[in-house]
Amino acid sequence: MGASTPAAGTGLVFEARGLTKVYHMGEVEVFALRGVDLDLHEGELVVLLGPSGSGKSTLLNILGGLDVPTSGHVMYHGRDLTEAGEDELTAYRRRHVGFVFQFYNLIPSLTARENVALVTELVERPMDPAQALRVVGLGERLDHFPAQLSGGEQQRVAIARAIAKRPAVLLCDEPTGALDISTGVLVLEALDRVNRELATCTALITHNAAIAAMADRVVRLSDGRIAGIEANAARRSPRELVW
Amino acid sequence: MKGQALAIGMVLAAGISMYVTYLSNFDSLRRTQDAYYDRFRFADVFASCKRAPLRIEDRLRAIPGVAAVQTRVVVDVTLDLAAVPEPIRGRLISVRADARPALNDLFLRRGRWIEAGRDDEALVNEGFAVAHGLEPGDRLAALINGRRRSLRVAGHVLSPEYVYVMPPGEVIPDDGRFGVIWMDRRALASAFDMEGGFNDVALRVMPGASSEEIVAQLDRVLRPWGGLGALPRQLQTSHWALDNELKQLQAFGFLVPAIFLGVAAFLLNVAMARTLAVQRPQIASLKALGYSNAAIGWHYVKWALVIALLAAVLGIGAGAWLGSGMITLYNQYFRFPMLLYQLSGGVALTALLIGIAAAALGALFAVRRAVAIPPAEAMRPEPPARYHTSLAERAAVGRRLSHATRMVLRNLERQPWRACASVTGVAFAIGILFFGFIFIDVMDRLAEVQFGHVQRQDLTVSFVEPRSSQALFEVASLPGVMAVEPIRSVPARLRHGHRSRQLAITGQLAAPDLSRVVDVSGQAVTLPAEGLVLSKILGEVLELKTGDLVTVEVLEGARPVRQVAVTALVDDYMGLNAFMEIGALHRLMREGGSLSGAHLMVDPDRMRRLYQRLKATPAVAGIAITAAALQSFREIMAQNFTILTTFNVAFAAIIAFGVVYNAARISLSERSRELASLRVLGFTIREISLILLGELTLVTLLAIPPGLLIGWGLAEFLLLSFQNEFYRLPLVITPQNAAWSALTIMFAAALSGLAVRRRLDRLDLVAVLKTRE
Repeated sequence: MGASTPAAGTGLVFEARGLTKVYHMGEVEVFALRGVDLDLHEGELVVLLGPSGSGKSTLLNILGGLDVPTSGHVMYHGRDLTEAGEDELTAYRRRHVGFVFQFYNLIPSLTARENVALVTELVERPMDPAQALRVVGLGERLDHFPAQLSGGEQQRVAIARAIAKRPAVLLCDEPTGALDISTGVLVLEALDRVNRELATCTALITHNAAIAAMADRVVRLSDGRIAGIEANAARRSPRELVW
Repeated sequence: MKGQALAIGMVLAAGISMYVTYLSNFDSLRRTQDAYYDRFRFADVFASCKRAPLRIEDRLRAIPGVAAVQTRVVVDVTLDLAAVPEPIRGRLISVRADARPALNDLFLRRGRWIEAGRDDEALVNEGFAVAHGLEPGDRLAALINGRRRSLRVAGHVLSPEYVYVMPPGEVIPDDGRFGVIWMDRRALASAFDMEGGFNDVALRVMPGASSEEIVAQLDRVLRPWGGLGALPRQLQTSHWALDNELKQLQAFGFLVPAIFLGVAAFLLNVAMARTLAVQRPQIASLKALGYSNAAIGWHYVKWALVIALLAAVLGIGAGAWLGSGMITLYNQYFRFPMLLYQLSGGVALTALLIGIAAAALGALFAVRRAVAIPPAEAMRPEPPARYHTSLAERAAVGRRLSHATRMVLRNLERQPWRACASVTGVAFAIGILFFGFIFIDVMDRLAEVQFGHVQRQDLTVSFVEPRSSQALFEVASLPGVMAVEPIRSVPARLRHGHRSRQLAITGQLAAPDLSRVVDVSGQAVTLPAEGLVLSKILGEVLELKTGDLVTVEVLEGARPVRQVAVTALVDDYMGLNAFMEIGALHRLMREGGSLSGAHLMVDPDRMRRLYQRLKATPAVAGIAITAAALQSFREIMAQNFTILTTFNVAFAAIIAFGVVYNAARISLSERSRELASLRVLGFTIREISLILLGELTLVTLLAIPPGLLIGWGLAEFLLLSFQNEFYRLPLVITPQNAAWSALTIMFAAALSGLAVRRRLDRLDLVAVLKTRE
């Protein structure tokens, strides 16, 4: 509990202390997070595990600069995100964060290549869009529209889009939530490869405990608190996962 | 959907308010006209002659179909007001001091009726009296039969014959330059050698009797006494002007609201379709639970009807307010005893019904389609939208288009009908605006041609009787006269087959400098040595072409009847004109070089002295001052068009705002997930605004060419419908107007886009992470 032990990689990417998030629903207060302390390091793959309502999405949103905590601080490479304004948070997401959504959130009117190219225009030294797509195994589907791709392929395009910026951080919210097992494995393989090859700090939300085995560390959340942090002695390949 | 409902409601309300404005004014004017004519016994047939004996009144009464006869003495004179330097044209009409006129009665507004035995008392038409500040008891002078007579104003009156007061021979109303005065019949008859006689007659026709037949019979009776041709009420100047205005109100009252209601129906259709698409799963659930298509459909149609009802209430209220304002404009030109604005239940109810019908129509199409889907199919998510590379991208320039531009183009091409409909809606807004601006230029052009190319004289002097050629030299020697051109004006009836028209043939120099014959292209026409040169419209009325022979029945002097060749038809702007070279007209009349008047060019510094001389000249029946006519024209046009333009811009902006806002809200609704995703990925609000607004910008820009064409088409259509025997309106299209129309609508569209763009600030970035498409 509390601060984690250093995992793979060396530098500290995120340092979260006392993160609390309260939602006011009329007269009722809902504590989505209660005093969470967490460190994330360069190159590590962390799975945030917990049931619905445990606070894992809230934590991811705060790390991604989409939300601000009610109290507590988050330092990203020494910069306090909680003190940042709207424009600064947008710039932070633009340059440093790659997102992978549960339902892919591709732009339906752009091809796979164009979806990736759209974000490469935001940064100075992006990957070539075609190369990013080849990393996720979609080198032959560059000019297909999302409606012409399967769910797994769309998610891999989303991953390519996320990594093409060469982000320091990759945040994935239930990336396999909408997919069947075999497709989900393909997507997890892509994430695994990306994490290993590009050494991107990757945080992955899931409610599926089987996926935890592919991570460096597993952060268990319950009722807005970190219930436990475990380090895996060795990461399992996504192909070996069974659920 | 609140914002969209408001936008749609505004367009609907604008259409309904215009309908109410125009139709309630039409209704108010029509009712007032009917009541006025009825109560004050406005005649059905009018005729004048040289002089006829009173004893033939019985013959007039004996004409089959005649219900009442009124004979009068009517004379045109020159009026002299101390405060006005120029002589003013006036008309003296006889009335009895001891009884009201049998026909064409007068409404006494102020003062009292003339007293018996008071030869110098006069009833003055209210417009003229007010224009010159003449109160009961004041005096004015009239040149009566060579003598300057001082008349005392007994009262102000209004007459159904002069609801619209136009100086003779002109088409612009001007209360101040034409005074109508009613005087004791005995005094007038005595002054003009009309004792025991009359030179003017009005008839009332029995219901069901034919005015045309009565006109023909009246002409036959009056011919021996110099009858100048009878006119039915439809051709009486004041009535014609009022009727024409009523026709225009009716036309506007249907055409323009139809556009607004059509656009509103389309907007409602699109908005409903979108709402229903979003609520597909709920509709499916309700159907699965057992609700019928009709019940579900009615639920949604109800919302459209609520919008329509609220819009109708607003529209009727606004229309009534605007209408009551518009009627005050009419009060300035149409002189009624009382012109009250009235919003009849019929107009209000019709407005409500057409608003509801438009909304219901718009909603029904969308609703029928949506509720007809089987529940199981409706519960399944909609298939993903299919996109492809747009047409523009296949061109070489396509490779250089930004991603945002590609998104815009592909999205528009995916739903071409919806894009077309949005473009059409904005195009109509541009069209309405362009049409309004065109109208201003049309009036400017008319003034420029009429007063810059046709009427280049400073004054036109008319004589009481035709005078010998010596008069030309006498006029030339008047103070300040720098140039003079003779006119010989001969009243005549032109007949070709069964068609005829009564007018004045104008004889003038073949190639005059002052008053010229000018066609619509601005070319001056030289009159040939022989034959008639007619207005093209007169040729159409009489079914004449160049070279045809027309029968000319002269209504003056020896009243010769001749066959004359039509040597040219001139497409001109104003009047029903017939010209002849003055020598040719003299030969037709078998007379020497007589003239009815003259056009003058005058030294401005000596104008006053000239006026003084003309006022004192008994032979002068009246003068027409070109500058005064032009000023009247411009004042009326300026006032009317400032108001019309303001409304035009406002209503066109409402349509543009409504269409663009609706398209923007729907686009935002359909793409909020996409745009929020881009925000999560690090796009700024400005960058995603460009994507949203890019589509709207393209729709607006694409609407410009068809919009200008629509405006052009509307102008052509309406100008054509305004063509009549008094004036033809030229179509004037200028690049400046086109540019202003486009810019105004782009501004309205930009405002609407900005209103929607503010919603981008409130995109829920957190929710989008979990939202399925």
